Amino acid sequence: MTPRIRRLGLPVLTASVLALATACGGGGGGSTAAESSAKPGEKIKLTVDLFGDFGFKPLYEEYKKTHPNVAIVENVTQFNDHHSNLVKRLATNAGAGDVAAVEVGYISTFTAQPGKFTDLKQYGLDKRQADYLDWKWQQGLSKDGTQVLGLGTDVGGLAMCYRKDLFKKAGLPEDRTEVAALWPTWEQYIETGKKFAGANVAGAKFVDSPGEILRAMVNQAPVGLYDAQDNIIVDSNPEVKKAWDLSNRLTQEGLTAKLAAFSPPWNTGFAKGSFATIICPAWMTGFIQEQAKDASGKWDIAAVPGGSGNSGGSHLMVPKQSKHPKEAAELIDFLTSKDNQAKVFKEEGTFPSIPSLYDDPSIQNFTKPFFGDAPIGKIYSDAAKALKPQHLGPKEADVRTAIGNGLGRVEQGKQSPDEAWAQVLEDVKKIK
Amino acid sequence: MSTLPLAVSRRRRRGVRHTLDMRVSPYAYVAPFFLLFCAFGLFPLLFTAWVSLHEWTLLSETQEFIGAANYTTLLADGYFWNATFNTLSIGVLSTVPQLALAIWLAHLLNRRLRFQTLFRVALLLPNVTSVVAVVVIFSQLFGRDFGMINWILSWFGAGNIDWAAGTATSHIALSVMIMWRWTGYNALIFLAAMQAVPRELYEAATLDGASNFTQLRRITIPMIRPTMIFVVIVSTIGAMQIIAEPLLFGQSSGGGGGVATGGPDRQFQTLALFVYEQGFANSTFDFGYASAASWLMFVAVVIVAGINFLITRKVKGGLV
Repeated sequence: MTPRIRRLGLPVLTASVLALATACGGGGGGSTAAESSAKPGEKIKLTVDLFGDFGFKPLYEEYKKTHPNVAIVENVTQFNDHHSNLVKRLATNAGAGDVAAVEVGYISTFTAQPGKFTDLKQYGLDKRQADYLDWKWQQGLSKDGTQVLGLGTDVGGLAMCYRKDLFKKAGLPEDRTEVAALWPTWEQYIETGKKFAGANVAGAKFVDSPGEILRAMVNQAPVGLYDAQDNIIVDSNPEVKKAWDLSNRLTQEGLTAKLAAFSPPWNTGFAKGSFATIICPAWMTGFIQEQAKDASGKWDIAAVPGGSGNSGGSHLMVPKQSKHPKEAAELIDFLTSKDNQAKVFKEEGTFPSIPSLYDDPSIQNFTKPFFGDAPIGKIYSDAAKALKPQHLGPKEADVRTAIGNGLGRVEQGKQSPDEAWAQVLEDVKKIK
Repeated sequence: MSTLPLAVSRRRRRGVRHTLDMRVSPYAYVAPFFLLFCAFGLFPLLFTAWVSLHEWTLLSETQEFIGAANYTTLLADGYFWNATFNTLSIGVLSTVPQLALAIWLAHLLNRRLRFQTLFRVALLLPNVTSVVAVVVIFSQLFGRDFGMINWILSWFGAGNIDWAAGTATSHIALSVMIMWRWTGYNALIFLAAMQAVPRELYEAATLDGASNFTQLRRITIPMIRPTMIFVVIVSTIGAMQIIAEPLLFGQSSGGGGGVATGGPDRQFQTLALFVYEQGFANSTFDFGYASAASWLMFVAVVIVAGINFLITRKVKGGLV
């Protein structure tokens, strides 16, 4: 067995509690950020904490050419661990990187703690406001709007990726405009799924799992899980219930491959072609390309049912404990610059949050052979332009976990959708 | 005249120093352990108790004293009891077959064999492999769509089992992982104890015509009772604290669910995982609630270990 776990666990718990106590005791000591920054020419090391490949590596090399005194170390941690580590490191005032990526599901959690982050205005980054999509810029501000805490990297405008070869086998159209015409609404998407299932394509389901579909549907609504006053409105928002019902219909019609997103079997599913469609925020294209290496030319991208929405996207922030906030801010300015966002998009698929790029011919005409030369630049520009911003609350991630668990219980046949929904509401009520 | 009292007092002083040395030194020698234990064992234990009486989260700067409120909430929390049930279920499913298997393996190895050392080292190998590697690989073996176990079962006409989805199936899968890592380790401990059993007993039993199994039951097991009590207690404590296996199984099985919920229906969330979920996986970082759960878990460990101690001690009455 594992008799050591508890012995390990308690000290860790206590150590962090202790450090928290000292952190609180030492709090309010005022910022010494500016004076502790490096002298010109001094060698410094900047740590960048990310939760996946942001495609920054070539940019670091470029940055070092103009900043020979700066060494950059990138730490990549798994998505959930990355964010919970950041919370712990902020609370204990130790261990956070100089630059930390924060996904949009967590951004309100962190902007609610302006004292833990460097106000980037101090280093003149408020000049970047004009570059950005307004809502993306607003998400990076402190709650009262006076401090600039994070600069956006990408936005996750929605599209739907699909396997042409599987569609062909099922007797469905392959062309992306014809495919898009199949599903202007989510109801029609489900109908298409039924046709696909009726064709009995061996080893393939219509969609990977309902979880990300629900997230997309909620994100398409004008108001999502939270109202503007940061109250959780899962129980009263009809849009959330509608998304829940539609997602469960996918399960009940037997259209899902029951593969939870980002799990190892889901990765295998890409390689084996276990599902024919997947909701495709821009950053997902990078994932598909990485996971389905052998499927080049089989995937294509069509418009998403139900109108535009945003799923995912990130900000870069500088924790207050950074010893080199000035240099970290400069690095963020560089990594999120207009040119570099365009570069990262072409490599990794994460879509820029700078609207002046959307009509830029180099983006508009950008295609990817992997996706059958789909005009992904145009598809995601259109998606990003049509985006209606949605207010996100501080515990988005926990609420989504509760809903995701509910969908999972229905998918695993443990509960009826109504029973699962009742339990979701109970779980959501407990979120403090 | 004056030298005598001096010698006496010197002798007396030496006597005092000697007594002091005899009395105090042993404590000085064991002190490092107890100092470390106080810093990393006792203090956290007491501090956790203190935290559990507060509304205490990682994010808030203030902690409010709320008495036993965390405990009353916890006792009414269905998820806590669900985790308790899962812990006991996985504990029994993994420990009982594991110890039986370990005794049998040790018994097999407790005779003249070629390549004895090789076999003994092989027993320990699963134990030195990282738990992460074990769980990731076993999660693939237990995979629903492309897992080897389902593939083998399909020869016998069994359908595709979704191991991670069911309560019983997920408990079995986790128990297999735990057994894989710890059976050999326990077998070695049993083997060490068995080698201290006098050979003559077996020779006499063989002359009397006792079968191999009777010898195991009538000689070996009663003779290694102290070791058995030790192994049962340690295994029980370990079983009550399982966390790495369900945590990683949840993440690598593709069944969905939160990071630390042990499946969407919490079908394999253990107590330790429940504590982790409350304290570290939720974005609330509810240390107060997690500490209260830790303390109840501690109480549960003491109770279950105590019951097992009594049962194992009874074994003596039955066999000797």
